[in-house]
Amino acid sequence: MIEAVGLTKRYGAKTAVHNLSFQVRPGTVTGFLGPNGSGKSTTMRMILGLDTPTAGHVTIGGHPFRKLPNAPRQVGALLDAKAVHGGRSARQHLLSLAQLSGIPARRVDEVLGLVGLQDVARKRSKGFSLGMGQRLGIASAMLSDPQVLLFDEPVNGLDPEGILWVRNLMKQLASEGRTVFVSSHLMSEMALTAEHLIVIGRGQLLADMNVKDFIAANSAGFARVRTPDTEPGLAEKLTAALSAAGGQVAPEPDGALRVTGLALPRISDLAHEADVRLWELSPHQASLEEAYMQLTQGAVDYRSAVPPQVPHGAVPPQAIAQPPGMEPQGYAGGPPAGVPGPYAGQPGPFPGAQPQGAPVPGPYGAPPQPQPHPQAQPQAPAGPPPAAPADPTQQHSEDAR
Amino acid sequence: MTSPDQPQQQPRQDVPPRQDEGTMMLNAVGARSGQQPGAQPQAQAQPQAQPQPQQYQQPAAVPQQQHAPHAAAPPQSQLPGSGYVSPIPVRRAHLGHALASEWTKIKSVRSTVWTLGVMIVLVVGIGALTGIGISASGTNLRGESPLGFGMFGMLLGLMCVITLGVLCVSSEYGTGMIRTTLTACPSRARVLAAKAIVFFLLSFVVTAVTTAVVALLLTGVLGGQGGATPSGSEWFKATVGVSLYVAVIGLLALGVGALLRHSAGAITIMIGLVLLPLVLALFMMSESLSDLREWLFEYSIPSQLGVMYSNAVADSGPSGWEPLWIMTGLTAVVLGGAFLALHQRDV
Repeated sequence: MIEAVGLTKRYGAKTAVHNLSFQVRPGTVTGFLGPNGSGKSTTMRMILGLDTPTAGHVTIGGHPFRKLPNAPRQVGALLDAKAVHGGRSARQHLLSLAQLSGIPARRVDEVLGLVGLQDVARKRSKGFSLGMGQRLGIASAMLSDPQVLLFDEPVNGLDPEGILWVRNLMKQLASEGRTVFVSSHLMSEMALTAEHLIVIGRGQLLADMNVKDFIAANSAGFARVRTPDTEPGLAEKLTAALSAAGGQVAPEPDGALRVTGLALPRISDLAHEADVRLWELSPHQASLEEAYMQLTQGAVDYRSAVPPQVPHGAVPPQAIAQPPGMEPQGYAGGPPAGVPGPYAGQPGPFPGAQPQGAPVPGPYGAPPQPQPHPQAQPQAPAGPPPAAPADPTQQHSEDAR
Repeated sequence: MTSPDQPQQQPRQDVPPRQDEGTMMLNAVGARSGQQPGAQPQAQAQPQAQPQPQQYQQPAAVPQQQHAPHAAAPPQSQLPGSGYVSPIPVRRAHLGHALASEWTKIKSVRSTVWTLGVMIVLVVGIGALTGIGISASGTNLRGESPLGFGMFGMLLGLMCVITLGVLCVSSEYGTGMIRTTLTACPSRARVLAAKAIVFFLLSFVVTAVTTAVVALLLTGVLGGQGGATPSGSEWFKATVGVSLYVAVIGLLALGVGALLRHSAGAITIMIGLVLLPLVLALFMMSESLSDLREWLFEYSIPSQLGVMYSNAVADSGPSGWEPLWIMTGLTAVVLGGAFLALHQRDV
């Protein structure tokens, strides 16, 4: 349980975090979202007592981190994958941390196996790729087997297999009753990983809610309606009819209409009454990504300038207005947002969305190993985090309604 | 989230408030999603996204409900009870753990091997060359102790010790490792103390062995050249005394590194501290500055190192073991500042 009350951090004239209050509860994965420079990392550092808040306080289990009894055994964190001495081998790095927290040295080999780095354990971490660095960082967070875990951008630089692994790991950790707090600027990742969201922008709390509430609250679903291209008058006719019935109609770049405020059957009825044929009438729900863009639009610090192009016919105006700084949607190589949403109804970003939790042989071995402690609760066979890729895809398409 | 895993949680009856905690929280979430305008009927939504309420409620309802009155659980009960309990036995970490950790750190980077290796080569190499040179030229030492010729090498070796001292701390800042370290040990004083102790002992032992080797070499080579035969206390001062002096200067460098958190800056300052007084004094020609000039000469680190090597009693300036006490005082002040700064600053 992490609890922040009125957390504020100022660096000179710049306020990095302003009056932030939230709770992170055990048993769920809590996503911590915000655009670049919104204060996520500063907040994480304050939780870990590395930075002292200018005002307010943050506690873990009722104590500030620096006063927490046996702090390293309660809290594990990955703040920055590069926060290691590159000249030290992965094993020595973890060994020094284990010794510092009074953890038996054999645990080092366990976590190395857990993250799949056992083969490069004796190599200097300088030569590690970003993904291997992330794995090493996750290993150090897991080292003390803590009940509170903080991960700052854990999937940065990971390959798809690694992302899937991290996602399942987070869920598994939360299912064991731990508090898991994961920051990311990748909406799409959080949509699949987190159950609860804390969204900040410019250091202020924008939202603190369940993922599906978040989508429902921050973006309305809409219907896409297309009239035959061959008869130009029909679109105007339909627009008039729908507007008269109380709907909001906006043209899409490709000539279709985006209708909000009317249910699909009603649109169909109205079209029928107006004697307009339809080539398309499809329901769309805003993805988490869109909801997030909607929410953080005013709170983006670093917005890149891009010519107002129309990248794809199906992209809703909303998506064009996206601050392109946010655009890298990670691995989700699906079609652009706006079509049924990147994860809704799509076959999932991974080729052949794996049977849940089945160990995927990865470049560094097979990470998703069961918990190595013999006394640990008997793992569900192959530890299937029930919401593996295939599930959330469906779940979210329903959630958004 | 994972319903298959939940039952395995339940046997842990030893931590009652935790399960209540979870129930509480999830109920809150459930309640909120109820307000959601276009939400699915609650009954359908629950099995999907919130399996825990049901899972958790059973154990919570049986024994805990009465003595864990729902809302504000006292903070201290949250921690032990707030979920996962590691099977790894909890040992309270202390300075001994930090010392072991710092020992692992210092021996597992190449900069240690490089700096100390170069130091040994310089001190032994220059000491041996000096000895052989003087011996070959057949110069009469006129009662001077042969031990003092080890000083030239040691002066250069000192730079290596300074570098290692600075790197001990500043490399953690340079790489960001310090954040990982302080997350694993929130007691910042313990971390700095462990670093100081490990570094001090390591540099002292290595320097002591090196100076002893050089002293043996010099007395062996220059034995028959009219030099004084060093007494036991002279031996002691030229080996252990010099090593303490060098290690304390290294400790000072470590303190400066902790204050500056920047390798190049701290190393430059330390080298300046060693060389600058002497260089400045060389250029102070003016008569009016002669007192200051004298003072700079006498208290510059190379001169004081010379004092540590010889037994000459000067009429002014430090003599005997005084250089060591002066440097220890300075180091204590700087290290104190480093402790304070580390405690208060953001990492």
